This record gives sequence, C-alpha cells and structure tokens, in this order.
Amino acid sequence: MDHLDRLENISVHILREAYANFKNLCMLWSIGKDSTVLLWLTRKAFFGHVPFPLVHIDTNYKIPEMIEYRDRLTQEWKLMMIVGKNEEALVDKLTFPDGAVDRIACCRNLKTKALINTLNGTWKRMRFNHHSNSYEVDRSTEPYTGVIVGARADEEGSRSKERYFSPRDTYSEWDVGDQPPEFWNQFKTDFAPGTHLRIHPLLDWTELNIWEYIERENIPTVSLYYNKGDGKRYRSLGCWPCTNPINSESRTINEIIDELKSGNLKNIAERSGRAQDKDDGGGLETLRREGYM
Amino acid sequence: MNTKTPIEHREKMNIVIVGHVDHGKSTVIGRLLVDTGSLPDGKLDQVRENCERNSKPFEYAFLIDALKDEQAQGITIDSARVFFKTEKRDYIIIDAPGHIEFLKNMITGASHAEAALLVIDANEGVRENSRRHGYMLSMLGIHQIAVLVNKMDLVDYSETVYHSIVQEYTAFLHQINVKPACFIPVSGVLGVNITRHNQTIPWYRGKTVLDALEEFHNADDIEVRPFRMPVQDIYKFTRFGDNRRIVAGTILTGSISIGDQILFFPSGKKGVVQSIEAFNTVTSSTVSAPYAVGLTLAEQIYITRGEMAVKATEAKPCVTSRVKTSLFWLGKNPMTMKKEYHIKTGCAKVPVMIEEISRVLNADTLQWTDSKSVIDRHDVAECILRTSGPIAFDISEDNPLTSRFVIIDDYEISGGGIIQRDLDDSQTRLRDNVYVRNVKWETSGIPSEKRADRYNQKSALILITGKKDTGKKTIARALEKRLFDDGKIAYFLGIGNVLYGVDADIKGRSVLELANENSEHIRRLAEIAHIMMEAGIILIVTAIELQQDNIEIIKTIVNPDRIETIWIGEESDSELRCDLYIESIDSIDEVVGVIKENLQEKNIIFRP
Ligand SMILES: Nc1nc2c(ncn2[C@@H]2O[C@H](COP(=O)(O)OP(=O)(O)O)[C@@H](O)[C@H]2O)c(=O)[nH]1
Repeated sequence: MDHLDRLENISVHILREAYANFKNLCMLWSIGKDSTVLLWLTRKAFFGHVPFPLVHIDTNYKIPEMIEYRDRLTQEWKLMMIVGKNEEALVDKLTFPDGAVDRIACCRNLKTKALINTLNGTWKRMRFNHHSNSYEVDRSTEPYTGVIVGARADEEGSRSKERYFSPRDTYSEWDVGDQPPEFWNQFKTDFAPGTHLRIHPLLDWTELNIWEYIERENIPTVSLYYNKGDGKRYRSLGCWPCTNPINSESRTINEIIDELKSGNLKNIAERSGRAQDKDDGGGLETLRREGYM
Repeated sequence: MNTKTPIEHREKMNIVIVGHVDHGKSTVIGRLLVDTGSLPDGKLDQVRENCERNSKPFEYAFLIDALKDEQAQGITIDSARVFFKTEKRDYIIIDAPGHIEFLKNMITGASHAEAALLVIDANEGVRENSRRHGYMLSMLGIHQIAVLVNKMDLVDYSETVYHSIVQEYTAFLHQINVKPACFIPVSGVLGVNITRHNQTIPWYRGKTVLDALEEFHNADDIEVRPFRMPVQDIYKFTRFGDNRRIVAGTILTGSISIGDQILFFPSGKKGVVQSIEAFNTVTSSTVSAPYAVGLTLAEQIYITRGEMAVKATEAKPCVTSRVKTSLFWLGKNPMTMKKEYHIKTGCAKVPVMIEEISRVLNADTLQWTDSKSVIDRHDVAECILRTSGPIAFDISEDNPLTSRFVIIDDYEISGGGIIQRDLDDSQTRLRDNVYVRNVKWETSGIPSEKRADRYNQKSALILITGKKDTGKKTIARALEKRLFDDGKIAYFLGIGNVLYGVDADIKGRSVLELANENSEHIRRLAEIAHIMMEAGIILIVTAIELQQDNIEIIKTIVNPDRIETIWIGEESDSELRCDLYIESIDSIDEVVGVIKENLQEKNIIFRP
C-alpha cells in the first residue's frame, strides 16, 4: 500500500462514518483542488455516487471559470448542488470591491455569514434542478448537522490543531483549546441539538499529495491552476479581487508536482496569493473560529 | 498531461514523543532536526537571533514552536507534528503535550503513532507523567518504546544515576507488561547520543536515538491475522439506478477473496463474497487490511452497521454482553456505576453500564486501590462492563485492533480501553446454538427483500403482553384481522397451539406464567417465530407479563430489529422495556389503529 492509497483509505473511512452518522449531511465545495479531491473521494467511498448535497458559497466575485466548471460537473456527475449567497450584503454593497469594507470584513460578509446562514437554513438556498438545468429555491430549510470540509493540516498553523470530526457550537464557533479526543478510528459523531460537526477527511493530506492524487486518478480541475503561456498560474482559488496568480511555468499536473518537489515553492505559503490572509495578524484564525473555512 | 512521473513511495513512520513536562522533549526533537539537517535554511539562525534580540537564552523549544507556529501558546496544548527524513524513511514526530490537563490531546496524538520516545530527566528522575505516559502508551497499543534518560550532563554522566533510573522505570513498565526496546542516556542540549556517539559517555556503547528510530518497524502483520471487518454500512443506491447491495467497511486485519464464506457477528448470519467493488480502479479478487472496501454477497441477507465480518474458516470472534476491560477515563464527570453510557467498538454502538470496578489506578498517586466506586478523570481502571446487547470483538491478546473501544458520555468520547477477557452472559449457550443453526441454515432462493416487495410488508414478531385479563387476545385477533383485510400476511399464533404440539414433551406448566423456569418453551416459540418470519409473515403472539429475560432469549433467536413489544393495560414494575404502551382501552379499533400506525412508523408495513 503506497502513501496515496493510505491517505485515500483513511479519507474514505471518514466519509463513510460521516454518512452513517449524520442524517443532514453536506459537503462544502469551493471548486478548488482540495474540495474537488474530496468530491472524488466521495465517489470512491460510495462507488461512483455522491449521496449528499454539495454546498457552494457564491460571493459573486468568484473567477468565472470556477462557476462554469462547477455547473459542468454538477450536470455530468448528477450532483445535488446547493448554492448560498449573502444577497443582502451584495445589494447593500457591503464588500471590499465596492470599497465599503476591508478584506477581512468582506470575507466575513460574503463567506462566513453566507456560509453560516446557508448551513443553518435561515437564508435561501438555491438547488440545481437537473430537469430544467437551472437553479431553483430549495424547499428544504433544515439545518445541516454534519458539514464535510476539505481543510488540510499543512495549510497553515491553526488548521494543524483540527480534528477529523470537529464540533462547532450554535454560532459555528470553534473552541480550539478544548477539543474532544480522537483515537483508534473512533470519532465524535454524537452532538447536542443546535450544534453541528465539521468533518475533515483531508486533514493528513499535503498540497503535494493532492496533486499526486489528481494525477493518479485523472481528476478534472479548473484550468486556472495551470500556466497558459504567461508564466502565471493560480495556486489557490478564491475571489478575483483578492486572489492573485503566482509566477510559475507549470503547464501540467506533472509540472506542478515537480515544482512542488523541487522546493521552488517551499518558502512561499500556499495561500500567499490570498490577500485577506495578510490583512491583519490573527485575522484568519479569528475568521476560522467564527466558522470561516 | 499524459507523461507520468513515477511517484516515489517512501516508507513513513509516526513517532510520538512523550514525557513529563520540561524533561526535554522539544530539545530532543530540535536536536534530531538539527543533526539530521532537516531544518529549512536559516531557520535555526533566525530563532537564535530572535532570542538574542529579546535577550533570552536560546531554547530548542522556541525552534519547535516556530516550526509549529505556536509561540503564542507557550505550551504545547495540542499534538503537533514535525517532519524529518533519513535515507531509510520519512518520520513524523508527534509532539504530545506533557501537561496532565492535555492528556486527551496526548492520546489523540499518540494513537496515530507506531512507536514512541519517552523522555525522563536524569536529574529529576521518574515523575508522575513519566509513568502515566508509559501506561497510556501500553493502553494505546504502542509497544515499541525507547526510553531516553535526558540531561545526563546535569548529573555528570553518572552511570549510577542512569542505572537507578533504568531500574526503577523498568520495574514500573514490567508491572504493566511493557518491554521497552532500549534505554539511552542522552543530553539533548549537547547532542550526546542523539544521532552520534561521542566519547562523552564512555561507559555507554548502545544505540543512539536515531539508531533506535531506524530499528523500529512498521506494523506489517495486520494482513496475516484473521480477517476482521466491522460493517460500516450497507449501500443500495437504487435512487441513482444502481442495484448493487454493497457491504462497506475498512478491513482491520486479514484479507478476503471472492468466493470466501463470511460470517457476521453478533447475528451469526452467513454469506459468500460475490464481488469486490470499487470506483475508478481495476478491482482485484483479494483485498486485505487496511483497505476500505465494498463487498457484494451471493445471497441477500439482512445485516446492519455494527456487525463484524469474519471469515468462516478462521478463528471466530467473542460475542457476549459482559467483558473484562482496562479503561482510561477522560470525561469531566467521573464514570459512575448507575449511569448508562454508550460503548463504541468497531462500528457497533450499544448502551453499557459498569457491572463492577475491580481496581483503579489513581490519577494523582498512581497507586492501585480496590475501594473506589467511581472512575475519576485521568484514572485508569480495570472493570467489568455490561452491554445492553451482545457485541463482537477479540480479546486484546488475540487481536488488539478489535479489542478496542471508546465510551461515550452524553455526546462526548469520554474514555477508551481494551477488552482483556470475554465473560459469559445469560445468552452464551443459546447464542452458540443459534450460530450453529445459522451456519446449517438453508438460505431461501428468494431474497427477503423480494418477499417484502411482493407482500408489501416486512416480517415481524409482534408480542402483546400485559397483566392478566387485559384483553390481549382480543386485540391480537383484531389486529390479525385488520392486517389481513389490508391485504397483509399476518398470523396470530395461540400459545396453546404450541404447548400441546411442539412442547408436548416438556409440557406440564403453563408456558409464560412461570417464564423463568420455562426458557425452553420460550426458545421453541422463538424458533417457530424465526421460521415464520423467514417466510415473510407478521406473527402475532400474546403472553402474560413477559419478562425481560424472555425477551432476551427471543432477541438472541430472531432478528431483534423486527420484534415489536406492546404492553397493554396498567404498567407493572417489571424491568421489561416495551416499544409501545397502551394504558387504557376505549375501543379495540382504536388500539389496533395505534398499533398499525406504530408498524408503519417502523417501516414494517408500508403505507398503501
Ligand atoms: N542541561 C540540560 N538541559 C536540558 C537538556 N535537555 C533539555 N534541557 C532543558 O530543559 C528545559 C526543558 O526542555 P524542553 O525541551 O523545553 O522540555 P519539554 O517540556 O519536555 O519539551 C529547557 O530549559 C532545556 O534547555 C539537556 O540535555 N541538558
């Protein structure tokens, strides 16, 4: 068994535990490489099927290719696709690109708030209708009690403290100091009413593992990850006003793998293209505690 | 995108480092990183400069903290990971917090390790957490342990000091059945015996820490042990146009091939592996631990999450509801005798209570006492647990992986442990009998699901009980009629019909009145019910004041999920737990309506 098999099997086991224990389960799909690998692992776990809805938080500022790709795979793979938005903030122009708030506050509005209220069902959810090929208001407003997320421990400091099954209180807050123990493949799958769990099947994966797996499995990814001739590519995807490509010649998956192995990116944090991470010192950890992904 | 770079497959090993706080864990790790050249360029200098600027002495702990991005905390509250590699393999060092407050984090970190380094300060000697951590390692099943006697420079590299610590700690480990791989005298700060021998300790010629690490080996015997797979789920994605019925699970030990006969416990059902399913890969005809797999069976048998699949030709697991265990408690509230908890082992989760606390290792004094009646936070205890239904497992001596369990208190994992021994419960003999029956049973060519489809019902046993003269029989007959009129296949079995026929040889007492002495009557009744349920029928039986013991017998013999017990009339003080209580009867029709609704809710009969 090689290291990718090992990672794959642990993730599959966790996904199946989640599915067996949560009636209202969903998976966040940011369209990025990690959550797309997670989606693929779901199809592995359930023999080609994706038996729970995928939730995408649309900020209206996602790079257009991302949305195209989302809707294409939704149709091809017959996904139960749910989209949530902070419509109020968008209408009131309470965003960074509108110049109204700083980057962190913008993330809080368009992502964290949208996410929390989509998950708990207070705000409108749009569901893809595979007959009409369009999004319609979802009839279900039940809160999701299990939320599968593609976080990896190696991404940055605060994530290295995560558990596979991580409890969040009613306000989606995360108590980093007092987390449940997790050992012997037994996870926290019981939860008090009003609380929910975040489930992290990719916790042990590294950025390199993700690309190696994409290569091995031939998983379709957004073209933004590859240099198309201008010496630039995205390493991490987000909203266009706050996400910049990095300088890189990698045109293919294999070139990305080589680039990661060569150590050219060793001293550059993966999310360095994400401006909001730098805005203030502990900003990301604060956002994270509030429920940001 | 079609040129393939071969991915190197390097061996990986998780090592946990434990020990009393300040005994030098961070220093040892730091030194390992420095001496193996595993630090990012300039990192060491950067941290040294930082210390100088703030005029504090350099500590390797700062380096580790810098690596872990944890300076703010000052103290390792969680198990964090650092990486280094040698020619032989990649190491992940899990730095487990030494503080007792964070024992649950230490356990979380350590449970992923294949081997451990345990650090003891030569100057301070064996302390409370040196022992506690040693104990936890043994409970967690980590048996490869190197003990580092650190800060040898502070005791002038004294052989006497070293040997007295070795002696004291060996004696302790011996008590808990742990044999360390080695003891090594080291100085973390000065780099003595970490990766290099130097002449500093002339009397020591053994391994360095790095040698010890390289000699540990990855668990590789899981494939050759008997096949064990907790059933995680049964999938049937018919909604997506997929008719496969897949038994999914992660193989803990052993391997399984297409055509193998497997048994499921505790039900004792049997099946033959028809295919091994997988997505986007070529499937093979054999799979082994630790793969997460999916199997289809040649015949459609009814099993559920929580059963353990084993190979029919290999050692059977233990099945019982009473077990002798060693457990550690992490809960904020102590574990007490009267309270009901849940035990999770494999994928099974059942209610559990303490039957007896044999002895407790006190968290503060680390002394055994046999007079404690509760298990406090951080205590380790030996106790007998009683589960509400049978569980399937192995004892730790036979298979550590299938002997493990955790205890849930309310919503939290609050303890964990290993099963040392299986103890008989009241059903042991009967259960063995049922297993033989199941193995010999000729499975019908018509799957029970097809039968359920045709009959528009699942088979069930409806037990109507209550005090004498409460109209049970009238209700039973009315229910039979109502179900029949609805087109269901239902049958009311009068006890007398059994008594004078099947029970003719043991007749002599009225069957259910003196139930305790009449377990053979109950057994026969249950076997008849089992046959009729196999035929797809809803069977209705009445009995006067059924006891919990009777129900246990019936549950061992027929599928416990398909038994509906209904109590009619005023409540009694017996221990019996029923599914439905009907206190007063105004009209028979109404009562029958309530029962019918209950059956619909339980999905035994389907709404038309
Ligand atoms: N003299 C001496 N001091 C040491 C040695 N190893 C660690 N220390 C000191 O002991 C203290 C605690 O060490 P640290 O590695 O932080 O302990 P931890 O809490 O187990 O991680 C620090 O001040 C270290 O400098 C050693 O081998 N010799």
